[in-house]
Amino acid sequence: MIELRVNGGVHRVDPAVGRSLAETLREDLGLTGTKVACGEGHCGACTVQLDGVPVLSCITLVHTVRAREVTTIEGLRDHPLVESFVRADALQCGFCTPGQIVSAAALVEANPEPSRDEIRHAMAGNLCRCGAYPKIEEAVLTWRG
Amino acid sequence: MARLIRTEKEVEGRYTEQWIVVEEDALERWPEGPLAVVGREAPRTDGLARARGEAVYTADISFPGLLHTAVLRSPHARARVKRLELGAALEAPGVRGAVQPGDVECLTREPGYPGAPVAAIAADSAGLARAALERIEVEWEVLNPLLDPDEAVRRGELTTERRPYARGDLEHGLAEADIVVEAEYRTQTVLHNSMETHQAVCRWQGDTLEVYTSTQFIWGVRNAVAEQLGLPPDRVRVVCEYMGGGFGAKNDPGDYTFLAAELARRTGRPVRCALTRREENLDSGNRNATIQRLRAGARADGTLTALGGEFVASIGASGWLASTAGPMQMLYACENVETLEYGAKLNTAPMAAFRAPGFVEGTFGLECLLDELAAKLDLDPLELRRINYAHADLLDDRAFSSKNLAECYRRAEPHWARREEVRARSAGPWRHGVGLASQIWYGGGGPPSYAWIRVGSDGRATVVTAMQDIGTGSRTAMAQIAAEELGLPLDRVDVVLGDSARGPYASISAGSSTIPSMGPAVRSAAADAGRQILEIAAQRYHLEERVLSLRDGRIVSTDGGSWPLEEVTGLLEEGQILGKGARGPNPAGMRVLTFGVQVAEVAVDVETGEVRVDRIAAIHDVGRVINPLGASSQVEGGIIQGLGHTLSEERLLDPATGGVLTQTLDAYRVPTIADVPEIVTELLDLPDAHLTNLGAKGLGEPPIIPTAAAIANAIRDATGADVRSLPITREEMLRALRQAADRAAARESVGASSA
Repeated sequence: MIELRVNGGVHRVDPAVGRSLAETLREDLGLTGTKVACGEGHCGACTVQLDGVPVLSCITLVHTVRAREVTTIEGLRDHPLVESFVRADALQCGFCTPGQIVSAAALVEANPEPSRDEIRHAMAGNLCRCGAYPKIEEAVLTWRG
Repeated sequence: MARLIRTEKEVEGRYTEQWIVVEEDALERWPEGPLAVVGREAPRTDGLARARGEAVYTADISFPGLLHTAVLRSPHARARVKRLELGAALEAPGVRGAVQPGDVECLTREPGYPGAPVAAIAADSAGLARAALERIEVEWEVLNPLLDPDEAVRRGELTTERRPYARGDLEHGLAEADIVVEAEYRTQTVLHNSMETHQAVCRWQGDTLEVYTSTQFIWGVRNAVAEQLGLPPDRVRVVCEYMGGGFGAKNDPGDYTFLAAELARRTGRPVRCALTRREENLDSGNRNATIQRLRAGARADGTLTALGGEFVASIGASGWLASTAGPMQMLYACENVETLEYGAKLNTAPMAAFRAPGFVEGTFGLECLLDELAAKLDLDPLELRRINYAHADLLDDRAFSSKNLAECYRRAEPHWARREEVRARSAGPWRHGVGLASQIWYGGGGPPSYAWIRVGSDGRATVVTAMQDIGTGSRTAMAQIAAEELGLPLDRVDVVLGDSARGPYASISAGSSTIPSMGPAVRSAAADAGRQILEIAAQRYHLEERVLSLRDGRIVSTDGGSWPLEEVTGLLEEGQILGKGARGPNPAGMRVLTFGVQVAEVAVDVETGEVRVDRIAAIHDVGRVINPLGASSQVEGGIIQGLGHTLSEERLLDPATGGVLTQTLDAYRVPTIADVPEIVTELLDLPDAHLTNLGAKGLGEPPIIPTAAAIANAIRDATGADVRSLPITREEMLRALRQAADRAAARESVGASSA
């Protein structure tokens, strides 16, 4: 049994050795807002924050999380970035979007007024096959409304 | 009265004729330009659900007792299974069932490409299923694969009959020409890589099979699954409310659906079959590679006298032959055109439609050839295209329902005029240049397509139809169309879609057809409901129907009377007003096409071969635009996929074995946010006067079509080098630069010796 701190709550789970954080969140805790698109750390769809730092939950073993606070899209549903993504039309199919927003939230927390280059640098690990990138850049630039 | 008529239907350039029943449809055309809701920017109505991670995709569907599937796939491009023993695998922990060749049609003992499914196991978790795969005993006889498309053509290994086309006399046209250019172009195999992989969850509920799947065609999956399983179609319910991208690869049910259905039947449990990313890049379709050997002839004044091409498409083990020759046959007024297309059958994964299949590849060849011709003629490339403008369809002399390509060219002028300024930025090893390319494609949609609408006593409307929103924003567009017709604000219209059990037939979301197919049906349903509302209002307020209309959520009369809609609908209490609508026929004897032009600005480092795209201006004519915000997103998305196609994406094969080397997203390089240039989008927004009650065409595919050629032509403008092979990697760029330098040196030495 381990204790997992997620979005301000504490969950007791008993995952098998080798289980990923993404599997635990999605399958054991029902937090399916976190998407898995490649399952091997190449696309960013599964991004969550550990103590505010974006990590790829599909290649993070759940047993390594320990006391760190996990923030998923479910914990960021009222973040102004959610509104700004919708307003700017920064999503098409939306499958990568929770990961995009989790990455962007960490960025604006550390740097509330990122430049276009800083956004491109910080978000380059979040792939979007629909190509919503110009609007994602716009949404992050205008996240405060 | 219902009329039975015969009409033409087109998807991805493939035409069929069919009977449809049309109700009288005397809707007035809406005026051009932005209306109250249609033509205005609207954030997508399901944006919040998607952004907050609340939207439930197929990947998120779960049921108690759900089993997971792992598929044994051929590691060989061509092989025979000599022995297959499932026994040990069935004994493995958590395994509940397995299927092998003979159990499901897609499983084979003679795999013809790497990744072909041979057997499958259902277990309590995906990990246990994968672990059990290791315990399947299989003995292969490995055979030599056929991987070279030219060799396949020589041997007559084709997926379909070779496809010739001719008008006029090509040789005569070449003889008449003052200048002839000839070149071979190659395009690579490209992988779709939708973020949500192909997958299905199948669950038997009594004698009904429920299929939850990531699909572009709910109704098509329903029919195909029913046919293969021998079920009445209404015993198959297909659900896809949110869908994580398809780009053409999710038009059909796919092997995964049939595997899940059979394993669900055998185990009595719900079963998921989801491709991993690696499987996705092995066996979920691809944009097939092409070889294009092209010729063009023109008089000194630029008039095209001849266009000819031999096209070899690397279809794979199976698949269909998309029209790579289409742009050459259709784009320019040229009397003498001959094309010949071959579909090479190879031991590689089958192709699938990928965003304007054929035309993306064919436009790269044709539009680069045109620029090579322009250079020899010393003509402005835009001028060359204007000289050869086609005023009627060239395949069978039909009139166009609308064609505003000339206006697109005119709107491209300010972007084209930046040439001098852009070239002047060249400094050090960086050379700058500008190029353009035209776009032609289908996108008219067609019948049958149906929608229902209900208006409740609260004055809210709900559109019900079994269509799907694959991420294109079609749900929002349908809400806008219904809101416009009913005079309601957008937030009083809901759209229920994504379920074959709760809506009428809706067409495929492919071939840029959702808006032009479904939009008119939705408008017609809303108009039907609107008429009923006005009939009731006329009786309630003792007025004639003709003085009443619906506007701003109210019923208004020409004499100044105005009542909230709910006042009339509220009379019905629990009653509802039900409207139904159908897509009318396409205009008889006319060709419905979309057009456009893109202008690209690039910089090339001639020392390292690095190519950087700085700016792309996209001007397209797709008829009436329903949602300019969503439309600009779709244009950007198409261009960005085109950018990947042009510069970085390629499925690489091991030349000895045919094995796929690029199965992961670090090896297969799709564009990232850091690769995106400035994109300027201009849509003409001119309703097609002959097409449906909307005048709207599709936009999904047009923006990806001219991007590669515009970039390659900009590279020629910047460097003088002819890039003829995609992707334009540094190696390809340096090869083209060397070739251009050698050519210049040869010219100089000829010049020196003749002096």
